[in-house]
Amino acid sequence: MGWLKRLSEGLSKTRKKITGELNVLFEIGPQVGPEFWDDLEATLIMADIGVGAAEEVTSRLREQSQREGLTGLAEVKEALVGLLAEAFTTGDYAILDERPSCVLFVGVNGAGKTTTVGKIASAAKARGRHPIIGSADTFRAAAIEQLDVWGRRADVRVVERTRGSDPASVCYDTIDAAEREGADLILIDTAGRLHTSADLMRELQKVVQVTRKRATCPVRVVLVIDATTGQNGLSQAKEFNEALGVDGVIMTKLDGTAKGGIALAISHDLGLPVLGIGVGEAISDLQPFDAEEFSRALITGVDDNEE
Amino acid sequence: MAVFGNLSNRLQDTFEGLRSKGRLTEADIDTAMREVRMALLEADVNFKVVKDFVAKTKERCLTSEVLESLTPAQNVVKIVLEELTDLLGTTESKLVLTSRIPNVIMLVGLQGSGKTTAAAKLANLLKAQGHAPLLAACDVYRPAAADQLETLGNELGVKVFRGDGQHPVQIARDAVRAAVDGMKDIVIVDTAGRLQVDEAMMQEAADIKAAVKPDQILMVVDSMTGQDIVNVVTAFAERVDFDGVIMTKLDGDARGGGALSVRSVTGKPIKFISTGEKPDAFEVFHPDRMARRILGMGDMVSVIEKVSAQADEEQAEAAARMLQRGMTFDDFLAQLKSIEKLGGFASIISSLPGGDRLLDKAGGQIDERMTKRTEAIIMSMTKEERAKPQIINGSRRARIARGAGVEVYDVNALIKQFNQINKMMGKMRAQVGDAKGKGGRMSKRARRMMGGLGGLGDVASQAEMQRMMRDMFK
Ligand SMILES: Nc1nc2c(ncn2[C@@H]2O[C@H](COP(=O)(O)OP(=O)(O)O)[C@@H](O)[C@H]2O)c(=O)[nH]1
Ligand SMILES: Nc1nc2c(ncn2[C@@H]2O[C@H](COP(=O)(O)OP(=O)(O)O)[C@@H](O)[C@H]2O)c(=O)[nH]1
Ligand SMILES: [Mg+2]
Ligand SMILES: [Mg+2]
Repeated sequence: MGWLKRLSEGLSKTRKKITGELNVLFEIGPQVGPEFWDDLEATLIMADIGVGAAEEVTSRLREQSQREGLTGLAEVKEALVGLLAEAFTTGDYAILDERPSCVLFVGVNGAGKTTTVGKIASAAKARGRHPIIGSADTFRAAAIEQLDVWGRRADVRVVERTRGSDPASVCYDTIDAAEREGADLILIDTAGRLHTSADLMRELQKVVQVTRKRATCPVRVVLVIDATTGQNGLSQAKEFNEALGVDGVIMTKLDGTAKGGIALAISHDLGLPVLGIGVGEAISDLQPFDAEEFSRALITGVDDNEE
Repeated sequence: MAVFGNLSNRLQDTFEGLRSKGRLTEADIDTAMREVRMALLEADVNFKVVKDFVAKTKERCLTSEVLESLTPAQNVVKIVLEELTDLLGTTESKLVLTSRIPNVIMLVGLQGSGKTTAAAKLANLLKAQGHAPLLAACDVYRPAAADQLETLGNELGVKVFRGDGQHPVQIARDAVRAAVDGMKDIVIVDTAGRLQVDEAMMQEAADIKAAVKPDQILMVVDSMTGQDIVNVVTAFAERVDFDGVIMTKLDGDARGGGALSVRSVTGKPIKFISTGEKPDAFEVFHPDRMARRILGMGDMVSVIEKVSAQADEEQAEAAARMLQRGMTFDDFLAQLKSIEKLGGFASIISSLPGGDRLLDKAGGQIDERMTKRTEAIIMSMTKEERAKPQIINGSRRARIARGAGVEVYDVNALIKQFNQINKMMGKMRAQVGDAKGKGGRMSKRARRMMGGLGGLGDVASQAEMQRMMRDMFK
């Protein structure tokens, strides 16, 4: 470490320490009390980040507060947000903006894949791109009809076959159509499946393989996760990632009261970026992911009497 | 989920560390309770529910029965299981139908939880019981929701009432009327998914309820749901109220701790579980099984119970002998027979945590014919060979293969497998020997267990067992 850096770090520590002490002296703002730490751990656990992670974050924040002499509630919370936000993997956020590209949406049943495909198609179109949708959920009742409606809403063509057909063939057809029509963003909806179903995971592997082989553009796999998901989300992400090589995650249903803390574990442990968040059932209810904002939301409720 | 290891193993480890001190103290129990707390939180039981549960369980653990026990881990697990099972309620899966015609059953829940699928499954179940159900498609928001229900209904031969373009309250009302006209005795109202904070949508659910006065409202809850479930069910209980719960997607590996949260926050019983996308993947709720699942214990306990009930004294003797001198092919044969009696390897493996997946990976099914082949091979060994497997050389192998009508390759494979098991038993022998040194901990029950499964069934060596099974059936 260079002397200049050391000096400036020392200075910043001193400054923080002094601020802290001044806070105590002049009672500026509420202070962090002993109950804060229990409260924090509870809040983090209830946000679904996982009990192990919650304990780790709490102890690291405690250490940092001591080291940097942070005692004011506001500054400790700021440090906490920083700690959480940093834990997210910042990946290649351009995945959904590559041109041309092909993105497959995968995930467990009911996570919000189809809805997300509709939202992304619409947003891409609005940005002047030429998307096309592949209806590769050929299993669930009326999945094709559901995606049809989204295609109409987004004014994007949907390539489909009848229910029960081979999903890999649908991908093939979709890429054919994309090439014919000069589409530059291929969005493929797949059937929901639990990561524990070996057969269905094998089937999906085949779908992705066929698509990778056929496509002449980069092929990405996006995992869709429901924000209400608890610790099982990590298991889901691990299995899908292992089977398919996932490129990023989209978390849906953040318009409810669930905090979606499992996204942190997934992003951190598996090194996957969060690409976007779903905040409703309407076509425009898709937002970019902001690690800091997300982290701030995760800890709402810690020491409520402050606000 | 293999990541966490189950509570039983953890407590075993915890108490192992405390063992030497003799009588346990309150502090020791606190240590154990920390493990219980972790296990429940990892299973997604709500934080506050866990807190209460642990406090209550701790009280029960502070009895001399546990404190002075030689097997405190088992005692604690037993108490935790009992408390959990108790809290989860009873098996109340009878749909309470009234004499009203038609009966109305309404399904509510969050988006994507599995309401529409459950509606179809209920219809299927009721139809099989001789009822004439009608499905009412009252989700007018999710694209093609009515199509989905109609498709499912058609597949089951159940009529679906849809009122495209109408308000959900109106559709529900009309469906009831249509049921009367169409001689249907039960209307199942499928509703749209809604967030409990969506005021307008919650009001709509309350309005549907007021309009058709359901005899029963069932809340559909995804078993993968995390901590937030208490907020959700509390609001649903307040705004629409419900009579019972259907837990879905239990075919996965979610521990399903939400079941406990729902139950302790609302007091509503869990009535059914849904275990797949097919219409018949619908089962009665068993609190004891759910309790084990939450603790990550699979159905291992029942396997062990089955095994120890099976194993008679003679087998227990054999187990003790095996532990001392190693296993012979005669022992091996006896093990095979007892496994057959239990319904075969497949049924044992599938009742282990993660066992179904293991089976899947093994290609869906274990070839029980293999057992027959193994038996044939052992039967064509001489008495001496069975007792002293180490004398089986190349020429003996060829003879045995001929006698059993198999290839030498098969004989080799069996001997290899046999040696592996023996090796594992050697490890267990070391473990048990250790424990014995610390106070004769090898209980009759433990011996029986080993007798029954050839030393495969110790709760603590589940992972090892799974690994071995995988190797055996690869
Ligand atoms: N509130 C809310 N509901 C959503 C969101 N995304 C999807 N949904 C709903 O969740 C349910 C399942 O979504 P769908 O796209 O069909 O899931 P899929 O099975 O993964 O394709 C539907 O009722 C959607 O309207 C979201 O961000 N917020
Ligand atoms: N694996 C599995 N999938 C299920 C189960 N129940 C429902 N699903 C699937 O979950 C998704 C959402 O179910 P749906 O009935 O449409 O949910 P709804 O939005 O609440 O009506 C669909 O893909 C269903 O096939 C279950 O028990 N196991
Ligand atoms: Mg879908
Ligand atoms: Mg539905």
